Amino acid sequence: MSSTVLPAGLPAPAIEPLTGPYWEGTRAGRLVIQKCRGCGRHQWGPEWICHRCHSFDLDWAEVAPRGRIWSWQRPHHPVHGALAGHTPYTIVLVELPHADNVRMVGNLICPPDAEVELGAAVEAVFEPHDAADPPYTLVQWRLAG
Amino acid sequence: MSERTLRGKVAIAGVGETIYYRHGQSPDAEFKLALQAVLAACSDAGIDPRDVDGFASYGGDRSEAVRLAAALGIKELRFSNMFWGGGGGGVCGAVANAAAAVHSGMADCVIAFRSLAQGQFARYGRGNAAAAVGGDDAFLAPYGLMSPAQRFAMKITRFMTDNGIRHEALRAIAMTSYHHAQSNPNAVMRGRPLDEAKYDASRWIIEPFHRLFDCCQENDGAAAVLVVPADRAKDMPHRPVYLLGTAQGGHHRSAAPVHNAPDYASAHFKTVARNMWEMAKLGPKDCNVVQAYENFTGGVLLSLVEHGFVDPRTANEELVLDRLLAPGGAMPMNTSGGNLAECYMHGLEMVNEAVRQLRGTAHNQVPGAEVVAVLGGPMVTPVSSLVVGTEATL
Repeated sequence: MSSTVLPAGLPAPAIEPLTGPYWEGTRAGRLVIQKCRGCGRHQWGPEWICHRCHSFDLDWAEVAPRGRIWSWQRPHHPVHGALAGHTPYTIVLVELPHADNVRMVGNLICPPDAEVELGAAVEAVFEPHDAADPPYTLVQWRLAG
Repeated sequence: MSERTLRGKVAIAGVGETIYYRHGQSPDAEFKLALQAVLAACSDAGIDPRDVDGFASYGGDRSEAVRLAAALGIKELRFSNMFWGGGGGGVCGAVANAAAAVHSGMADCVIAFRSLAQGQFARYGRGNAAAAVGGDDAFLAPYGLMSPAQRFAMKITRFMTDNGIRHEALRAIAMTSYHHAQSNPNAVMRGRPLDEAKYDASRWIIEPFHRLFDCCQENDGAAAVLVVPADRAKDMPHRPVYLLGTAQGGHHRSAAPVHNAPDYASAHFKTVARNMWEMAKLGPKDCNVVQAYENFTGGVLLSLVEHGFVDPRTANEELVLDRLLAPGGAMPMNTSGGNLAECYMHGLEMVNEAVRQLRGTAHNQVPGAEVVAVLGGPMVTPVSSLVVGTEATL
């Protein structure tokens, strides 16, 4: 079995100034998202300003790598050459209730015909792509045991 | 202060469209298609194309206003305008921008149009081929979330699951468009009817709610409408089609990054629909026909709900074929075949169809139609809608 959910050849995430701390975190096996120093609330995805209090003083904070499935989809049509012969796969939108309900997108590690239940508890699985240049680590999800 | 409104202030005096083609099948270049549609709209309105003084479009249309103006020998360009956002979110917004220019006196005779030869440029249903992607896509594409269908699918999963709406409701939406296309000579899917068995047997694009026939086509073509002041429209060849209400935008943080819109399971019409109905001084029950942009049938469901045409609690009973067909259905919808089966001209073909319904010249005419709503591309932001009517509705 492959060590990654999806086959090699999909686009890698560009590590950008706005998003660097997130990717540094995942390399270290930590889920790190934006947290405002002005109002203390989390936000996701990354932005230059806090949408609540308009502070530019945004920090990064580690949050527990757990959540619950808010929605899902299972693509069958390969939208990228790398996916040909590797569908279907499952994408989940995961809500983090302990981090102001921000949501993250990832793959659910599950059989291709598994039933997916809204609200199900999931935990993060850090998926390193060490051979990439630069290397990066994605955050995948599996049902919490 | 006088009431600030576009209600009854401007009219659509001309409509034009090219032959609609399957993607890659147009013998003509995209810009030539745009020129054909503009000329057709001017001819329909009985005006000299050189007297057009503005162009409005959306979806990043490649046929730029200045190039059109130069190619057509426009005497004086007074308004050129592009509505932000991809796809068909801006279809009604482009018409509204043309209307605002005309009503404000910035221009007098504005074309709103869309030209699209998808076969000559990038396809929509195919992901980014780049080795690395930034912005939002950095958090999506590595997980195989790349296409428009995938971008919207989780909104639909959540809404339909929460409300217990069955896939059969979406099947009725798809079959409606295909049914109407069979009597439209310019519909790409004419001669290719869709029944329940064919729909049910079609392949999954995305589980749980996107089969092949839930997804729009990709096409080549162009379409245009000509917007003029209401007073001027009275002296033109066709019965004027008046703009009664229009709105665009999106509700609170509807474009929040990485699928974080607070009200996520939405087409993002909640405030837009309210604002449109307020301007129109009408509601969904006053409409004889509705044109609801299908990028995906689930988006149509969300649009209809947010504009008040369908109650989510009874959507399974309301979204059935008999109720959606012209001429006799309770809510005739997508009467020319829509994006699914007439042509994916990013919804501008639906504005043209609204005009034909109000002139009484549609291929699937709803007798006595006086008010038609056009709901633009759902789930993108900004979104836009409009409602048009005959003189009797002023």
